Amino acid sequence: MSSTPPPLHLAVALEGTGWHPASWRDQAARPRDLFTAAHWADLVAEAERGLLDFVTFEDGLGLQSSHYGELDGRTDQVRGRLDAVLTASRIAPLTRHIGLVPTVIATHTEPFHISKAIATLDYVSTGRAGLRVQISARPHEAAHFGRRTFAPISLEELKTAAGQERLTDLFDEAADYVEVVRRLWDSWEDDAEIRDVVSGRFVDRDKLHYIDFEGKRFSVKGPSITPRPPQGQPLVTALAHQTVPYRLVARQADVGYVTPHDAEQARAIVAEIRAEQEAAGRAGELLHVFGDLVVFLDDEQAAAQDRRARLDALAGEPYTSDARIFTGTPAQLADFLQELAAQGLSGFRLRPAVAGHDLPAITRGLVPELQRRGAFRTAYEADTLRGLLGLPRPANRYAATA
Amino acid sequence: MNKPLKQIHLAAHFPGVNNTTVWSDPKAGSHIEFSSFVHFAQTAERAKFDFLFLAEGLRLREQGGKIYDLDVVGRPDTFTVLAALAAVTEHLGLTGTINSTFNEPYEVARQFASLDHLSGGRSAWNVVTSWDAFTGENFRRGGFLPQEDRYSRAKEFLATANELFDSWHGDEIVADNATGVFLRDAKAGSFVHEGQHFDIHGQFDVPRSPQGRPVIFQAGDSEEGREFAASSADAIFSRYASLKEGQAFYTDVKNRLAKYGRSHRDLLILPAATFVLADTDAQAEELAKEVRRQQVSGATALKHLEFVWNRDLSAYDPEGPLPDIDPDVSDNHISKGRAQVRMYRDPLATAREWRELAAANNWSIRDLVINTGNRQTFVGSPATVARTINDFVQADVSDGFILVPHITPGGLDPFADKVVPLLQEQGVFRTDYEGTTLRDHLGLAHPDDARGERVAS
Repeated sequence: MSSTPPPLHLAVALEGTGWHPASWRDQAARPRDLFTAAHWADLVAEAERGLLDFVTFEDGLGLQSSHYGELDGRTDQVRGRLDAVLTASRIAPLTRHIGLVPTVIATHTEPFHISKAIATLDYVSTGRAGLRVQISARPHEAAHFGRRTFAPISLEELKTAAGQERLTDLFDEAADYVEVVRRLWDSWEDDAEIRDVVSGRFVDRDKLHYIDFEGKRFSVKGPSITPRPPQGQPLVTALAHQTVPYRLVARQADVGYVTPHDAEQARAIVAEIRAEQEAAGRAGELLHVFGDLVVFLDDEQAAAQDRRARLDALAGEPYTSDARIFTGTPAQLADFLQELAAQGLSGFRLRPAVAGHDLPAITRGLVPELQRRGAFRTAYEADTLRGLLGLPRPANRYAATA
Repeated sequence: MNKPLKQIHLAAHFPGVNNTTVWSDPKAGSHIEFSSFVHFAQTAERAKFDFLFLAEGLRLREQGGKIYDLDVVGRPDTFTVLAALAAVTEHLGLTGTINSTFNEPYEVARQFASLDHLSGGRSAWNVVTSWDAFTGENFRRGGFLPQEDRYSRAKEFLATANELFDSWHGDEIVADNATGVFLRDAKAGSFVHEGQHFDIHGQFDVPRSPQGRPVIFQAGDSEEGREFAASSADAIFSRYASLKEGQAFYTDVKNRLAKYGRSHRDLLILPAATFVLADTDAQAEELAKEVRRQQVSGATALKHLEFVWNRDLSAYDPEGPLPDIDPDVSDNHISKGRAQVRMYRDPLATAREWRELAAANNWSIRDLVINTGNRQTFVGSPATVARTINDFVQADVSDGFILVPHITPGGLDPFADKVVPLLQEQGVFRTDYEGTTLRDHLGLAHPDDARGERVAS
């Protein structure tokens, strides 16, 4: 007989007023506050009240769009947003335990800047920082930077051989990007700052390391200007829907978010990622695979269904998503999460359809339900995000082994 | 007739990575831990300062091919610290130095616009440029920006960022549940910029922030830098804090404003200033000497001499005489990542002058470096320092000062506790914040008001 399964990990993905495009019109939404710190502080405080492992912050280098590869010109949905890293940092001093994982776009930004930004987020939060790495294949976002020109792209084209080649190129760049970010985090050994008054040396420069990364898209010398962050290596996460990004997760991530629609798909995805993980030489390392789900949660399933229908009516079309859309009660969701977890998922990143409604439903409905089943923590058990996820503080790759 | 007293502006520069910062003092704390920044920022806010200032460097300094290890090394990311400080302060302006060479306008504009939203209108950007391939080795664009292109890129970078800030007007988000209209204009944030350095177009994704644009600082001192400031900046972080030099700089820069259609009020001159306080002036003088010796150890003195000699001088005794050999005047400089070395434009002449000075005063290498280096700007009792600061501002040395304490993070505390109340008594410094944004503190118009004025005039 198997013993009780290990407790689940839970994260929430914060996106504007929620993931449903009409969420800003829900009674629980305060759309005019979207661009204030208070909006985000309230949501993260709610997530922390529910003892969640972490929150992620969506981001992009252009306006939101209902189309993958171009702007849609719509005015009936939330448009505009704040930088995710800065939003996470603004919230860090207001919270104590919850992990803060902003999205960073690898395609157009500098790994040197992002490495020190996330290291600093780790200092500001005393060990609760991570990042979610994302690529951008969108031509209109490339035009905001003017350094590369991308041909038009659609979701359909991405499935063609040429589309896959483009995607592979961008994900390879993202893998290099994460490699640079990680090497820079290690470019200072933990005890590099010595403050030796006798010799007058502030640092032991033998414990500062050039990373000398040379890749196809960039080369970076190092060391970082920021000392190694409290967690050593802040959390690296990525969302993945197919083999190319699964490979990024397998090579570079601590947590991968995947989008199975049922237990069978969950089993297959986990198997594929585990195989890639082994191929990447990381078989012995803890790599979490989380399921992503959009959730409409109410005490009665009919209420959740009605709410979803009302929002769809306001939006003028049924909501579709890359992730499975769950509509039901906290108990039903708990059943479903446990069913998926049995296939090898160690946690979930839930996307509240309406942040002001479905996030409290997670923290005040789902969490107590899982706690009753012994499947979720009843208190924060660690001081760092890595600690909450059972990840050890890693040794520094540059430290001389005695 | 007496003209009305100018109100003084004060800011706090977090101690940096040069030898002004005395890390060896037992009171010195971390330069990285957030708690140090919180202490420093809250002290500045308690004292009703206008803003906090963070410098930036994008590569660890090297000398003689090795990472320079005698000063504080390392600092956190500017934007990330400022955003976090917005959570633990309510009024204090948040000024960050951000490089225009190793960034792109779209990203920097969205970061400053975001910081301005997240701080309720307290962001400011000290625009700097880099010239060196040394720093470029950490970045995608890498490479070398010819010295003569630095300001042309910086100017275009700032102009482009301003176009992005101005691409939203502030009335686009209606979020009207009844009609289902979130955005008034589908084309909100549209921009096109075609220039020598940037060719970009699209729609900016951060709505208009409380201040419209961050307050713009400029720090360069060259002819081009002064013109850049006169045309485009709201404030200058200058290095001229002494009476004569300060007045000359102030007059020079303020007189350049008219040709850009700007008034003297539109550009503040705020020099960096160090200070040493004690109960009496005599005690402060003694303490100032002690601090100078802490700042210039024998090892530091040799390294500073190397800035001029451009040679490895590690074999010399810092307590002994200056080297007889002449400086190496080749282009490849022993010191990398340090702007200061460019101040010595004629190393042979400087060496000659220093040898004469040392001989005349019987100075060792260390004595020379201590005595030729920057003395603290304000030394004295709280009353003396308060009076001097006020006299300087009223005499148009500056519009205020950016204070650089030499101890992290507590070095500002005595100034906040003892000097600020005296300035307040004299009626030249605020006793409480009167506005909410940094523009309010600095008496700068909101860009929309400025636009209105210009249209009207």
